[in-house]
Amino acid sequence: MIEITGLTKRYGSHTVLDNIDFTVESGSIVAVVGRSGAGKSTLFRCVNLLERPTSGTVRVDGQELTHLSRGELRVARRAIGTVFQSANLLRRLTAAQNVALPLRFLGLTEEEIHKRVRELLDRVGMLHRANHYPGQLSGGQRQRIGIARGLATQPSVLLADEATSGLDPETTGSILRLLTGLRDDLAVTIVVITHEMDVVRSVADVVAHLDHGRIVEFGRVGDVVRRSDSTLSTALLPDQPAPRPPAGEVVWQLRYQEAAVDPSWLSRISRELDTDIALLSGLVETVGGDHAGRLTVRIGAHLAEDKVVHAFAAHGIHARMAQAAGELAGVPS
Amino acid sequence: MTTHVLALGTPWSGVPALVLPAFGQTAEMVGIVMAIVVLVGGPLGLLIFNTSPRGLAPQPRVNAVVSWFANLGRSLPFLVLMAAIIPFTQLVVGTTIGLKAAIIPMSLAGIPFFARLMENAIREVPRELLDVGVASGASRWQIIRSIQLTEGLPGIAAGLTLNMIAMIEYSAIAGAIGAGGLGYLAVNDGYEQFDGTIMISCIALLILVVQVIQFTGDRVVRSLLH
Repeated sequence: MIEITGLTKRYGSHTVLDNIDFTVESGSIVAVVGRSGAGKSTLFRCVNLLERPTSGTVRVDGQELTHLSRGELRVARRAIGTVFQSANLLRRLTAAQNVALPLRFLGLTEEEIHKRVRELLDRVGMLHRANHYPGQLSGGQRQRIGIARGLATQPSVLLADEATSGLDPETTGSILRLLTGLRDDLAVTIVVITHEMDVVRSVADVVAHLDHGRIVEFGRVGDVVRRSDSTLSTALLPDQPAPRPPAGEVVWQLRYQEAAVDPSWLSRISRELDTDIALLSGLVETVGGDHAGRLTVRIGAHLAEDKVVHAFAAHGIHARMAQAAGELAGVPS
Repeated sequence: MTTHVLALGTPWSGVPALVLPAFGQTAEMVGIVMAIVVLVGGPLGLLIFNTSPRGLAPQPRVNAVVSWFANLGRSLPFLVLMAAIIPFTQLVVGTTIGLKAAIIPMSLAGIPFFARLMENAIREVPRELLDVGVASGASRWQIIRSIQLTEGLPGIAAGLTLNMIAMIEYSAIAGAIGAGGLGYLAVNDGYEQFDGTIMISCIALLILVVQVIQFTGDRVVRSLLH
């Protein structure tokens, strides 16, 4: 469990992190998203105390880290595993030696190290690459080794900074499955720093949106996605563009607003309104364990706006008439 | 006055008897100096890097002082340095001529040189790898040993090669104070006594030695990079 309160980091007069508060429960995955320069990397470096925050506290499993001495911090850091962008493996060490590094720092015996390293490599599916050097591994394989090294000290928290950036979608998927596996099997709390919405959609339980050093949105991913006033929601499930409707028809933008939307809503509402509903475009996904969707449909203009809105609302769907022509053509992502 | 040309000199059969002992003296001088240079210059290089703003324990004042001394040692041409510290050499080894006397100025010139080469090699280790050490709960000493020295090793090996070749050059200059060696033989017999055979033999051997050291050094560096 991580509790961050009032975390502020300034460089001179420049405030990079401004009074950040958030809590992550044990065994869940939180994604911290934001544009470049929003303060994501500084937050990452403050949580594992690579940088001392200017003010505020960072607690991991109840232990406050910001006031520890250098020596105490060294011990406390073992509770936090770190996975770096592009893995940061030592080029001159084999995969197994890289994973062994934190265990050597800990002063374990060779026998214990050997045993642990094998377990860790097995966990990340890299046992067959134990004696390869980083230069002989693919980006995804290097990242798996990086994750194994992050897990070496059996931390309760794993921090991953852009762990999947630069990887192809398939490899990203396999790394994300590995992370969810860690959460489910080992109850590790995972903080993923990312700019990729796919990462949030597929693994995060909770999402924090960082903008100009502040948390502007925070919540369960399923909840955030359904919020109609959320910029994150639009980023996670973009509105779908649609062509200009023929005369006598109106285009509607639909958004799942509630957790339990019956997937058969389309035919049901069509029957209730006694009209055809033309499905123009859409994105329906499982986000944070719930169904979530963004769709564009076309309905006859003869129906009253109120009536349509109510019909959809009764099924937990937020409907909005798309009016401006610009809204139909190129919708901002 | 008759003109002497380089044709005059020791017959080829007599060359090994003169050149081989000289080669042995050069090897001894360079070997002893390199050991001192690595033992003193290496830690000094680590100190310079790690007290710099990018290092593990930034200490601007310590850095400025150590850095200043390292530059001092490299400011003087070797011949000037050797002459300037004669009283110091006398004090340390009790003589101002011969092999022992050559080791002092050579070490004083070599230590700051190697310290800079060491600093450069460690500077090449990516900053993020030091973060890996810190985040894994390593002590500073553990980071130096397991990350800086491990990852910097190819650069350190390249520095050693460069340093050793520079020391061979210095050993020839040190020949001027009677330290012996190939340089001394070339100047004393080859040049001053117009012994062409000796001159050519010394030059050929020096070229060969430097080439072998550079070739070996390059091979070692390549084998250290994975």
